[in-house]
Amino acid sequence: MQPGEDTLEKVVCEAEVQIKNADGLHMRPAMQFVDVANQFDCDVTVSNGETNVDGKSIMQMSMLAATCGTKLKIKAEGADAQQAINALQELVEGKHFDEPTPTEQGKN
Amino acid sequence: MDDFVEHKMKFVDFVCFKAIIPELKSRNRDDVIAELVSALDKAGRLGNGNCEEITKAVIKREDEASTGMGKGVAVPHVKHQVVKDVVAAIGQSSTGIDFSALDKQPVYSVILIISPVDEPDKHLQAMENVFKHLQQDRFRKFLRQSREPDQIEDLLREADESPSW
Repeated sequence: MQPGEDTLEKVVCEAEVQIKNADGLHMRPAMQFVDVANQFDCDVTVSNGETNVDGKSIMQMSMLAATCGTKLKIKAEGADAQQAINALQELVEGKHFDEPTPTEQGKN
Repeated sequence: MDDFVEHKMKFVDFVCFKAIIPELKSRNRDDVIAELVSALDKAGRLGNGNCEEITKAVIKREDEASTGMGKGVAVPHVKHQVVKDVVAAIGQSSTGIDFSALDKQPVYSVILIISPVDEPDKHLQAMENVFKHLQQDRFRKFLRQSREPDQIEDLLREADESPSW
């Protein structure tokens, strides 16, 4: 984690998201997550209630074993924290990583 | 997809100890994948699956995005109907292999994982286990130093028993 230089106004944002794609947070979605997180300067931490990991590290994100339905807490700290949270929320819940949800999969 | 946590997978649950190769003969990514698939096949873990076809599927997945996650390790994987449970082979290369890893560094430890098509949660649990341990510098170091399949098996069993690994 890089210490932010803007310690005076440290923005902290949190959101709870639910994994919606049927296959869960396997490596490809985890990489998408890390890619999006890395577009922002803020620190991103992700928790499944048991483990807290660095949302910018693919190895650590792969440790979450977030299956479909799992709720994750995303915490962003830094000047662009709100933008990061919005983008990550959209990726996980809005786009569900461009993968089918269980219902969509059932239709195939 | 039942309850919460507590269906954690351990190495002994999915690593095929007969498919551990302390020194891979292959020197490039595709050959390494083929060597590990063949090791699983020889160990009888791929049923009547076609090695060549499975190898191709793993390579295709690898071409989409490298599973070389940095720190000298790669975790090539694919879902395939020949397996009913997650099964993994492990290979080591002292010379290092170009896996187009994220950190552009050579890969010394390769864990090949074949997962069933319809059990995404098991795949995630196996991955969780793998990365939990690969995160640890000490674990990676011991893995790289192992020269015998037995040493690797001992290391994995020890890792299963002690959360600090």
